[in-house]
Amino acid sequence: MVRIAVVGLGKMGLSHHAMINAHPRVKVEAVCDSTGYILDVLNKYTGVRTYTDFDAMLREVELDAVIIATPSSMHIKMVKAALDKNLHVFCEKPFCLDTKEGEALTQVANEKGLVNQVGYHCRFVASFQEVKRLLDAKAIGEVSHVLAEAYGPVVLKPKGSTWRTQRSEGGGCLYDYAAHPINLVNWYLGAPQGVGGSVLNKIFSKDTDDEVFGTLFYDDGKSVQISVNWSDESYRKMTTKMSFWGTKGRIYADRQECQVYIRDTQDIPNGYRQGWNARYTTDLTEPVWFYLRGEEYSAQLDHFMRCIEEMGASANVNSFEEAMMTDRVIAMMIADAERGPSLTSGINPTPAPKKKKSLFFGAR
Amino acid sequence: MDRLLFGDNQFFGVNHMSEEKARAQSMRFQDIKAIIDVLDNAYDEGIKSFMCTTHDRIALVCDHMRTDPERYKEFQFLPCMPYAHKYANAVTEDGMLGALKRFMPDEGIVNAAMRGGMSLARKDIEGITTLLVDAEMKMFAGLNTPVIFLQNVVVDLLLGLGFKEAFRIFANHIKIRYNAEPGFITMNMPMLLDVLEELGIENPIVCSNINKIGFRMCGGFDAYERVLREKKFRAIAMSVFASGAIAPEEAIEWICQQPNIEAIVFGASTRANILNTKSLVDEFWRGD
Repeated sequence: MVRIAVVGLGKMGLSHHAMINAHPRVKVEAVCDSTGYILDVLNKYTGVRTYTDFDAMLREVELDAVIIATPSSMHIKMVKAALDKNLHVFCEKPFCLDTKEGEALTQVANEKGLVNQVGYHCRFVASFQEVKRLLDAKAIGEVSHVLAEAYGPVVLKPKGSTWRTQRSEGGGCLYDYAAHPINLVNWYLGAPQGVGGSVLNKIFSKDTDDEVFGTLFYDDGKSVQISVNWSDESYRKMTTKMSFWGTKGRIYADRQECQVYIRDTQDIPNGYRQGWNARYTTDLTEPVWFYLRGEEYSAQLDHFMRCIEEMGASANVNSFEEAMMTDRVIAMMIADAERGPSLTSGINPTPAPKKKKSLFFGAR
Repeated sequence: MDRLLFGDNQFFGVNHMSEEKARAQSMRFQDIKAIIDVLDNAYDEGIKSFMCTTHDRIALVCDHMRTDPERYKEFQFLPCMPYAHKYANAVTEDGMLGALKRFMPDEGIVNAAMRGGMSLARKDIEGITTLLVDAEMKMFAGLNTPVIFLQNVVVDLLLGLGFKEAFRIFANHIKIRYNAEPGFITMNMPMLLDVLEELGIENPIVCSNINKIGFRMCGGFDAYERVLREKKFRAIAMSVFASGAIAPEEAIEWICQQPNIEAIVFGASTRANILNTKSLVDEFWRGD
């Protein structure tokens, strides 16, 4: 049995706890959260040992691994403490808001040979895995352009303040949403040489971005367009979409399906044909031991467990090192967006009209 | 229970195979009239049970059914709660207490506040659970709801956490307050059955994916076959067509051969599709 603790019982932490607790070869030894209330209820009804003090938990509980799902700004400190205790670490995304610190942690994990994984679950989505196989097999030839998109209904009006509404804490559309398509791009094409035209725009949020656009530049003129918006109510839930244009065809993929157009009759992968092809999640997805909210969430935790049990750190998927690639792109996009447009026309912006104040609720 | 239950995924842009199809469906059913027309088609074909989420728009369907009790006297709602997005949104917008207030049942704000507030303070989930159930049931007042389901996202979260007591609380409340049968929707049927058995919830109604290709049948195809043969429970099969991955005739022929299936829930957007599924079930169903 692998002995695990779950830290941070928010939206992600609670579902990680439920999934990993159902894993046949895992024992959840303790959970840790700053909210005593949730801990008390969990302890009362499930008997799980609870802590509000992370360091005390590390001192008192014998563990093999931790799952860290706290607000992003706390990752560095907690991952460091866990690695110091020689624990394998699964950390939620984004990995580290400070890339220097993130690199130092990556080095420690690698030196110690500890299993390390970051929660970019899209890499466990079967249709996105199919895309990886197709690109590696050069099914659409040389890729010249990628459109990486994500849309969903998170922030639909101005509202209160939590860590998710502050960029300084790792909140916002860039860290929360855009990180996923960027991470997929990193997986498919590696690290970009540069970024440009980055836009981090507020729509409803006060202290962070609600829409993210930008270009990633690769060698040979290859480019990636990022288009992400978490204030789009027309989507029922978060939807990540990837489109690829290649010399021999194109691919469109989302969580449900992978549509492939193949031009050439040469080098057609097994099971595909010239023209349009469609592969669906119903065919592609491998079964998981427990389903809560999508196979990919279960599969990524199972992979983490299997690395701990047998395969070791060399089999990591979404290792700290790979997640750092995404963190660096994010950091570049923030710096690029702050710089503003690379060329300006000289036209002065029109001054914004003064907002009317309503009597009771302030300006909307 | 009726053999064929009508589902509602198609009305709300849920499609496990294609985003495009999901969007086309949500456009088609933008107007509540379009939903009611399809329900009327199903009703006129003899499919009188509607298994639906407690989505805000279902309240409009309920209103419609109340306007013509004579026509819809045999119509049954099988509510599935909660509609999780509603809570997630309400909590982010109004905070915990604001959200609770918004979902207060009609029994009187003081009574509900006592039930909710007291149990919040005591860290006792019974009061809160029953309060939320009552709030979800508000829209069905005066309508026929013989079975009331707990949605899979909640069932499976509680199952994973080992929060077993909640199942007992839900089941008791549904029986006592609504004189209805509790039902559980899950993606992990064999595991849930063990827990319900342990809790002493006898012969439970359990709805899960059951299809020929094993799509989203967690615990494995073999385990599903085994519990269907061996355990005493009332199985409802959903995702029988695996979102269209299995041809209708093949899917229905297979499901009708499985033991212990009490009902099949299916979705359709046209009268032709409703008829098609119904005639296949009439052809292949060997039970009673």
